[in-house]
Amino acid sequence: MVQITPYLALAAILFSLGLYGVLTKRNIIIVLVSVELMLNAANINLVAFARLGLNPSINGQVFALFSLVIAACEVAVGLALLISLYRHRATSDVKEINLLKW
Amino acid sequence: MNFLGYLITGQFVAFFILALIVIASAILMLNFNKVMYMALAIGGVFVGVAGIFFLLNAEFIGIAQVLIYAGAITILMLFAIMLTHEKDGESNSKGWIHETASFVFVAILLAGLMYGIRTSTINWSPASDEPSAWPVGQNVEAVAASLFQTYTIPFEVVSVLLIVALVGAVVLARKEE
Repeated sequence: MVQITPYLALAAILFSLGLYGVLTKRNIIIVLVSVELMLNAANINLVAFARLGLNPSINGQVFALFSLVIAACEVAVGLALLISLYRHRATSDVKEINLLKW
Repeated sequence: MNFLGYLITGQFVAFFILALIVIASAILMLNFNKVMYMALAIGGVFVGVAGIFFLLNAEFIGIAQVLIYAGAITILMLFAIMLTHEKDGESNSKGWIHETASFVFVAILLAGLMYGIRTSTINWSPASDEPSAWPVGQNVEAVAASLFQTYTIPFEVVSVLLIVALVGAVVLARKEE
């Protein structure tokens, strides 16, 4: 009776909300958090296919575990960059980080 | 009893409540004015997603999600917010043209995804209540066997990546003499 489409729809909604946050928010920390939302949506898809896909297997969960590790690395390096940036420019607003222009 | 073609069961109700928590927390996160409240609302999303993982019989990923996301990443975000204390938070936006364009783009993307999911012709055979890929209650064993037999080299490479990222973070955040 379990179906996969509700899980896919939830992941799509979560991904869209994260993308909207990345595109519109001005604080770098919130942009990073929105990226985490998008990564979580991808994880939901991986785990849902591991359980309810056409070929259920454990591989999807292992991939989700790897993406969890990558997300942790990303947050650590991103926040270190943010603190370094704040020390130099005293801002965490993406609009004020405009040293490189085109 | 049917709802939109889905049989109402305990699992469906649990999924519905968890999905509601996840989406409501995400929308709250996008609408709060203070950065601190945003970082707290994201915790709700992470816990809700962990519940979804439990619902999908992925106990190990669910526990890892609570430990890494709801525990470590949320606290790390709070530390970063406190260290770079915001004066007025997320008061001013990027301008209404930018926001409207972003909203339209995201809405079109979401509509396309939903259309694709709803009309896909793949026959997702409704799975039984028992997970077929691993025995009930042996999810951790199955993950461990796959991780240490099939994916040994990626596992080791990812550990190297983790140590590089952490050392790099320390070097980046250190005060320069």
